[in-house]
Amino acid sequence: MHRFANPSRFLRLSAAILPWSTAACVCLLVVGLYFALVASPPDYQQSETVRIMYVHVPAAWMAMGTYAFLALASATGLIWKHPLADLTAKAAAPIGASFTFIALATGALWGQPTWGTWWVWDARLTSVLILLFLYLGYMALWNAFDDETRAARAAAILALVGIVNLPIIKFSVEWWNTLHQPASVLRIGGPTIDPSMLLPLLLMAGAFLFYFVTILLLRIRLELAGRKLRTVQFNRARASLRGTT
Amino acid sequence: MDALNHYLAMGGYWQFVWPAYAIAVVVLVALLVGTLRAVRANEAAVAALDRERPRRRRSARDGELQ
Repeated sequence: MHRFANPSRFLRLSAAILPWSTAACVCLLVVGLYFALVASPPDYQQSETVRIMYVHVPAAWMAMGTYAFLALASATGLIWKHPLADLTAKAAAPIGASFTFIALATGALWGQPTWGTWWVWDARLTSVLILLFLYLGYMALWNAFDDETRAARAAAILALVGIVNLPIIKFSVEWWNTLHQPASVLRIGGPTIDPSMLLPLLLMAGAFLFYFVTILLLRIRLELAGRKLRTVQFNRARASLRGTT
Repeated sequence: MDALNHYLAMGGYWQFVWPAYAIAVVVLVALLVGTLRAVRANEAAVAALDRERPRRRRSARDGELQ
């Protein structure tokens, strides 16, 4: 039974981190929104539509970052059989899917006024859409097995195969012709974006990061409680079976 | 009032800027609320099971004391 016991050390740690990550998220969000919506200038070419960047770019960064995290946790679960790793990956998936959806939706709303189209089937947009399907497929695979160990292994393998998509997303704007602009922050030679726009972008990215940490900790708690419930129910079913024979 | 209207108009791009922020808020709040609800539901179920099981043990111990 102790194998399935509550990892109380994690629960204590998460309870200690949770108020701080929540506070950091709220503070960064308030200051970030002020700079994003009020204190930053309109772009000389894009006018006020540039403000969409302050949600679009952090969401897209976090969509990719969350996937890298999910794949890393999956690998840890596969290789070292760490009991928390699989649940951590599972907990991260809906957060990553949400970030990806936000990046795609805000990208469409930004594309219409700047490119004249909501959507194009180019490398960047298509590879991010595939990222969304990878998240959804990963979540579906977890639910496709009755045996949790097998579900975890199948989902982890999908997560590791899907990691090839990350460099494709990152370098899609350089490898192929695309409407999407190339990187202006995370590039060799430093950012080319003006500091007045870089500041709100980084503040919002920080808010998204701490949102991720907060929701992740809560969702691991959720998954731990779920695993405990399943274990108890399984043991009861076994006990009642033994009782009848 | 004019200043506010001017601000909300977002240089004529209000129909793109505000929905972008609204989508982000709706998705992130929905995930937060859904997560909190599920945490509460699961932990309440676990607590109910915990309350159920030690009771048997406790009553057994009470029996010993009597």
